[in-house]
Amino acid sequence: MILADVLTIAGKDLSVIRHRRSIMAALVLFPLLVGLGLPLVLVFAGRGKGGVPADVLPTLLTSFQFFFVTGAATLPTAIAAYSFVGEKIERSLEPLLATPVSDIDVLLGKALAAVVPSVVSMWVGMTVFMTVADVESHGKLDYWFFPNATAGISMLLLVPLVALVSAEVSVLVSARSTDVRSAQQLGTLVVIPFAALYVASEIGAITLDPGPMLALAAGLVVVAVALFFAARAVFNREEILTRWT
Amino acid sequence: MILTDGLTRRFGATVAVDDVSLEIADGEIFGLLGPNGAGKTTTLRMLAGLIGVSSGRAVVAGLDVTDPSQAREVRRLVGVLPEEAGLYGDLSAVRTLDFFGRLYRMSASSRSERTEVLLTRLGLWERRDDPASTLSKGLKQRLALARALVHDPQVVLLDEPTANLDPEAAAVVRDVLLDLKAQGRTVVVNTHRLEEAERVCDRVGILRSRLLRVGTPHDLRIAMTQTHTIVIDLEKVRDSDLDVLRGLGAEAVVVTGNRIELALASGTTTSADLVAALVAAGARVSGVAAAQESLEDAYLTILGDLA
Repeated sequence: MILADVLTIAGKDLSVIRHRRSIMAALVLFPLLVGLGLPLVLVFAGRGKGGVPADVLPTLLTSFQFFFVTGAATLPTAIAAYSFVGEKIERSLEPLLATPVSDIDVLLGKALAAVVPSVVSMWVGMTVFMTVADVESHGKLDYWFFPNATAGISMLLLVPLVALVSAEVSVLVSARSTDVRSAQQLGTLVVIPFAALYVASEIGAITLDPGPMLALAAGLVVVAVALFFAARAVFNREEILTRWT
Repeated sequence: MILTDGLTRRFGATVAVDDVSLEIADGEIFGLLGPNGAGKTTTLRMLAGLIGVSSGRAVVAGLDVTDPSQAREVRRLVGVLPEEAGLYGDLSAVRTLDFFGRLYRMSASSRSERTEVLLTRLGLWERRDDPASTLSKGLKQRLALARALVHDPQVVLLDEPTANLDPEAAAVVRDVLLDLKAQGRTVVVNTHRLEEAERVCDRVGILRSRLLRVGTPHDLRIAMTQTHTIVIDLEKVRDSDLDVLRGLGAEAVVVTGNRIELALASGTTTSADLVAALVAAGARVSGVAAAQESLEDAYLTILGDLA
């Protein structure tokens, strides 16, 4: 792997992504809307009855912060679909593959371009959310709920890992997709297990304590490694030039 | 220099390129002619180190493209123009060449210098900051050619470089090919445009999975044209003149006014023989012309022989 090549490809993809309004809107609006919207639930829920009870707040806030993990599964799909299927449609992969850059560097560069903005976007959203939620909940809890270990694991481990898994799934989907929209739709299926975890935590079926969160992170590392090898098998010159039609 | 020996590529049961052996010298422009699906693009991709070979060997600029450890270095020395321009629509010409220059490990100064030289040479300098998506088809193709040449490659592989281009754009591309030849670069051009192959290629190879013929356009034309057409103008055409011509082997004799058009089998009677015989028979000859057979005729003959 040559880092300079990876960064050059990622930089090019990022500059192309900058021109895609729908993606830029998603990257900017999603974290702001969710970051500000979720704390509003605290304001309006149970209004007139004293608001959300203090003993429910920790579970609710923990579930809410996990929403950003779910979001991290969505955004890379949108970017990667443009990055891979878009190039496939524009036939711009062949000139890229004709350079001395290795297949793995192309794959990593494109994955990086899908993962980094998504992670940054989710981090911004989480920071906004935690700040507003702390302000809202401090009066009832008498302590600052965020930051805490669970949120730290979400931000630093789960969000990047989920974004990486999402980008890898997109590579696999892109190999068989012929248009960006269908690639995006298929890729977003990766969000289902995380959305299920979110709902389960909301209804109290599971507890998002640091232990289970770390176990989830470990599982995601295994999945990410397996998907990396699968993506690498699909994303090679021979395969792209002779079968990605 | 390019050397292939028994180069073969199969896709499942289909043999796309079959046992192709040829040698292309430095400073030579070699044209690969052939119908769709003849294996031209596959051949270029193998020479560029983009796809593997099933059997045989290919050496490009001294490197064995069939050796995976050398494929990367081959790609560094080769410039490829694919059939589709494949540009990034949002990137300008300058950004496009800068991006590819980085991937070829060119310094910032050489990227900048090379970009200016190429864009000026290809008539794109005025549009250098416009997104590629706003360029006309001809300008896009020129930009794609600049991209293939940005790292000053020793070997240039071009797949249909002038397909669907207007005459002006095609002329610019042809001039660049001749510049490359003058610089001693080896150029392989896949083309359907036979008149173009005739204009710029030192030699051409006719491919239909197998390499059917290789030669200069002139040699192929002569070797493969079984008959040639001669037009004779007389002051007055008499029946006896036609008998004289037929007696010398003329076929398909057509008279239009005082003009006789006929076909002669190659390597038999010459036009001089015909004129001498006509004069001896009392005819007054006012003009003689031999119609030039085209490379296209030779190409169609070669492909037709195998049909």
